[in-house]
Amino acid sequence: MPDMTKTETATAEENSAPVAPVAAQKPEKARSLWGDAWADLRRNPYFLVSSVLIFFLLLIAVFPSLFTSADPTKGDLVNHFLQKPELGSIGSPDWLGWDGQGRSVYARLIYGTRASLIVAVCVTLIVTLVGGLTGMISGYFGGLTDAIISRITDVFFGIPFLLGSMVVLQAFTNRTVWTVVFALAFLGWTQITRVMRGAVITVKQADYVHAAKALGAGTPRIMLRHILPNAMAPVIVVSTIALGGYIAAEATLSYLGLGLASPSISWGVDISAGSDQIRVAKHILIYPSIMLSITVLAFIMLGEAVRNALDPKLR
Amino acid sequence: MGRYVARRLLQMIPVFFGTTLLIFLMVYSLPGDPVAGLFGDKGVDPATLAKLRHEHGLDLPLYQQYWNYISNILFHFDFGQQIRSGREITDVLGDAFPVTGRIALLAFVIELVLGLGLGIAAGLKAGKLVDNLVLILTLLIISVPVFVLGFVIKTVFAFQLGWITPNVSNYPTWDELLAPAVVLGSLSLAYVARLTRTSIAENLRADYVRTAVAKGLPKRRVIGVHLMRNSLIPVATFLGTDIGALMGGAVVTERIFNVKGVGGLIYDSLARREGATLVGVVTILVVVYLLASLLVDLLYAVLDPRIRYA
Repeated sequence: MPDMTKTETATAEENSAPVAPVAAQKPEKARSLWGDAWADLRRNPYFLVSSVLIFFLLLIAVFPSLFTSADPTKGDLVNHFLQKPELGSIGSPDWLGWDGQGRSVYARLIYGTRASLIVAVCVTLIVTLVGGLTGMISGYFGGLTDAIISRITDVFFGIPFLLGSMVVLQAFTNRTVWTVVFALAFLGWTQITRVMRGAVITVKQADYVHAAKALGAGTPRIMLRHILPNAMAPVIVVSTIALGGYIAAEATLSYLGLGLASPSISWGVDISAGSDQIRVAKHILIYPSIMLSITVLAFIMLGEAVRNALDPKLR
Repeated sequence: MGRYVARRLLQMIPVFFGTTLLIFLMVYSLPGDPVAGLFGDKGVDPATLAKLRHEHGLDLPLYQQYWNYISNILFHFDFGQQIRSGREITDVLGDAFPVTGRIALLAFVIELVLGLGLGIAAGLKAGKLVDNLVLILTLLIISVPVFVLGFVIKTVFAFQLGWITPNVSNYPTWDELLAPAVVLGSLSLAYVARLTRTSIAENLRADYVRTAVAKGLPKRRVIGVHLMRNSLIPVATFLGTDIGALMGGAVVTERIFNVKGVGGLIYDSLARREGATLVGVVTILVVVYLLASLLVDLLYAVLDPRIRYA
């Protein structure tokens, strides 16, 4: 047995790095789908750039006070609408200027990160759980169960996403981060259900599933140990890309006056305020927009990188 | 094929009822009362309120309200009346839908032509410079939220260059609708380009393409007929569901350019709790969406002869 692993290791190394001395490398195990994907990801510049960006965004969201000493809610009307003109003011708390009420645009940018990320991450988690579960059940059991779940999914899918969330949000007079999360998750899960269902149907027919069944494995074991790990790849890709979309959706709803509202601090709230003053002062609108776009970009790039790693056929 | 269409049409029935019921329940469970809203802050005596509510059938149990509503639409094509203005909702919809329909149509043409063009260019040169440029361009378009893009276009082309008017007039001409259409279609354009690119790059290695090349067919025929037909299937799926999304997604675009279309109507009726109007808009959107996805499935058989419907 040890001999066999040795030869396998040797061929694998020959393929990947034929010139490298064999002794210098750690013996490699036969890699799984996820191991392969990880090896791929580490070399992908899109993955590296986006994960560095996301790391910083998470850091800002968790410890905003590390990045600015200014208070995002403190307005000083003396500074109203003024933009710091002199160069070299980077590092000062107000280097991006002030908004209509004399609050530091930079401080609001930093403190707004948390709301956007909480909404997006929570919606993605809920949607992935609900969609993953319904899709799994639908795809695995098929028949009547599948027909019922699929029709319910169709019903929710038929309502335009933005429109549906607008209606849900109207039901709340007191809108917080959690109401926005609820509104987006309410209609968002259908996409994941469809993806999961498709993946499970494909995986279900694989030989190893038949083998597990023949060996007498129970339904929960087959679903969790054999089907789930192999059907998860497309769901993770779609979830990551959707996360970027939810950040944009929160901002859009806030812009329409239906999402978060002042005194909550979020990029959408500030963009909405800035859009009323676009002809007087563009910087109030521009900086949160740039921040928003960079964040969405980071998550979409991450999703793309993961997709490439998990599905080499697409390259 | 006939049987397949019949089965699909039958499947559409529960989805139609389910979706309209869901949106109906959502709208009617909203706090606030459209009739009380007529009288503003002054308030109204309970007798008048009850009388008006009775006239509009708002005092019936919900399931009965839903049944009255949906049967009027199905059997008489009657969507009811707007409570505030007393106008027939069919008239209100008749004013709003053509405007949004024109924007959506323009947006659709833009995403079809540009999206397919960019996608084909990138797919045929996968991994080359063009491919990377298209990748970066589409990533940027996807990352910039629609309303930000709207503001950028409005600021640059209306305020700074003066090429377009910042607000669209009440009876807009086609050229006025171009800017909102570009904004509305941009996101889908990026998706179409990416889908086309992926699909073409993948099918370029397919056996039937190799066969076509080996037979000595001219390049134009290999790409135009053999490659395109199969590669267009995922794109067609996306475009089909996108028609409904374009109409519904017009809320933001229409607000930025001040268009009097479906988006504005949705926003107003939501604010005023005009449930009947809102449900009417969504009902039409759902029908459009259902028909478009049926059309797409039928198109599959045309695009890929390997797909046969029993």
